[in-house]
Amino acid sequence: MELYEFESKRIFMSKGIPVPRGVVIERIEDVNKVTLKPPLMVKAQIPIASRGRLGGIVKVKSLDELKHVVSRLLNTVIGGLKVRKLLIEEAVDIAREYYLSLTIDRVKRKPVILASSEGGVDIEEVARREPWKIIKHYIDPIIGLRDYELRRIAFKIGLRDSSLIREFMSIARAMYNIFTEFECELVESNPLVLTVNGRFVAVDAKIIVDDNALFRHRELELLRRECREYTELELKAREHGFTYVELDGEIGIIGNGAGLTMATMDLVKYYGGNPANFLDIGGGARAEVVKEAVKILLLNPKVKGILVNILGGITRADEVARGVIEALNEVNVRKPIIVRLKGTREEEGRRILSKVGIPLYEDMDEAAKRVVELVKGEGSGARS
Amino acid sequence: MTILVDKNTRVLVQGITGREGSFHTKMMLEYGTKVIAGVTPGKGGLRVHGVPVYDSVEEALAKHPEINTSIIFVPAPYASDAVYEAIDAGIKLIVVITEHIPVHDAMKFINYARMKGSIIIGPNTPGIISPGEAKVGIMPAHMFTKGPIGVISRSGTLTYEIAYALTKAGFGQSTCVGIGGDPIVGLDFIEVAEMFRSDSETKALVLIGEIGGNLEEVFADYVLKKGYDKPIVAFIAGKTAPPGKRMGHAGAIISMGTGTAQSKIEALTSAGIPVAEKPSDIPKLLARVMKG
Repeated sequence: MELYEFESKRIFMSKGIPVPRGVVIERIEDVNKVTLKPPLMVKAQIPIASRGRLGGIVKVKSLDELKHVVSRLLNTVIGGLKVRKLLIEEAVDIAREYYLSLTIDRVKRKPVILASSEGGVDIEEVARREPWKIIKHYIDPIIGLRDYELRRIAFKIGLRDSSLIREFMSIARAMYNIFTEFECELVESNPLVLTVNGRFVAVDAKIIVDDNALFRHRELELLRRECREYTELELKAREHGFTYVELDGEIGIIGNGAGLTMATMDLVKYYGGNPANFLDIGGGARAEVVKEAVKILLLNPKVKGILVNILGGITRADEVARGVIEALNEVNVRKPIIVRLKGTREEEGRRILSKVGIPLYEDMDEAAKRVVELVKGEGSGARS
Repeated sequence: MTILVDKNTRVLVQGITGREGSFHTKMMLEYGTKVIAGVTPGKGGLRVHGVPVYDSVEEALAKHPEINTSIIFVPAPYASDAVYEAIDAGIKLIVVITEHIPVHDAMKFINYARMKGSIIIGPNTPGIISPGEAKVGIMPAHMFTKGPIGVISRSGTLTYEIAYALTKAGFGQSTCVGIGGDPIVGLDFIEVAEMFRSDSETKALVLIGEIGGNLEEVFADYVLKKGYDKPIVAFIAGKTAPPGKRMGHAGAIISMGTGTAQSKIEALTSAGIPVAEKPSDIPKLLARVMKG
């Protein structure tokens, strides 16, 4: 889960990392309460990287101009996301933009610090053209981060002044502490600004926490209730314990395991259909979960047909079959449903579904071909 | 010969009294895997499908010193503790079936295992099967048969799909290794391919990847640079999947444009590894490369 910038900055602040003075507003009236000193930055609180280029970050010179910009930005849609909150901050006089982040390197299986004196919006371009300007330092996750490592990074990005080095080290240390304490996938500041007064300020802050660790972080779990980047249906899916992502096509897909679900989507596309979603019921799903998954697709008017492709290992075919039937019993919508079930307790699954006349497909190619045919010839009202 | 598991594998099941642990203990026993003991703290003295249960790994090993492999079904919040218990007891192969283990936990126990000389498979893996020898995992066994193909996969169910397609086409498997679907896993494609390299029974490899991360690209680079004397074919899932969440600039800087299905397919192809368009095409591709 990606935190909003203002949430990330609150965490940065609580750990002693300097951030610009700012306030968050949600209503246009609140603009009158702003007591910050212009020039100000108005920043739409949406978790997309291209926010600046899409007009989601605006600099204003006066409180009057602020009112204009706030009424223009608040509740508009940027990059498909509604802007519900604005962060208004005092602008910072920039001497130089640095880049600093912590993330996990999958290949090395270690946390990595990335640091550069060439921070700012073009950092990825720097990485491509002049990769030596980005310092990569791997951290031993068992020993943790040592001061000498931070000192070395500070030297490598060209810091010479001893008080600046100390300040950089304490910011990097605090970011590392956030990374480990909140179990983050990413803690990033771009830019980490060196001001004309010779101080570091985290002008941007980004934190992505590991969803799997949220059970240990009640305070973050509460933030999750806000809608974030998920649609209503995606949130509902999460409550039921499966992963759901909406797409533009017309064929609803249910699979178990991300790989098989994606391969099923790819196969539908291969045979001329378009997947309407990615829906992975995960491992070991019970009938209840399958029922809710099928219901979501039955109730989605964009979905014209459904392909259920389950290969049981930890998931049992009989539970899946029961779930499909329970969904059909609870929802009064009929669409072509193709079920392909193989693996653990396959025979029992077959027996259960055959009672209501849903044929079971053995072969994934056949099942994908068939659902595309049924959806394309939908006018005939075919129900499988 | 096979890799990782064989007739000499002696298995401990951690989390044996849970729903999945108990069910798959039965399935593994039916397959002929030597499941020696189980552990669930507080349930010592019970038997699960005839397998004795102990309160700790230490106790299980004291009674059954022949145990050399552990399979873990413990729920995510407690799974890493179970892994440490197995590592500290000196078990050298630990298969972590559990899904949703926090990534910082996994990163630590995987690094710790390396220090202590234990191999971790997973987390979030279907396990390992050497058909006809042993199954230490949750895969439906009837889809696998003994033969010359080594399979390395990041996926669970997609592995069964492809193994089944291989089996139907007459390509049995030496060992199928699910390396796990999580961002951080104990063994990657390269490390498993190195094991297959020196396995005389394995004549060709099937690699099953998916979008996200850059393990496939790194593997392609390894084949290109080091060479591989057995034919390899691959499949990559996720051509139609939406782009995954963006890990800030850091993600982009580390992956440098890798991670998409297209990037993986291009990398593998340019390393001379043919990539199947759909799972059912894999046997045809294999037939072609094994003849050549």
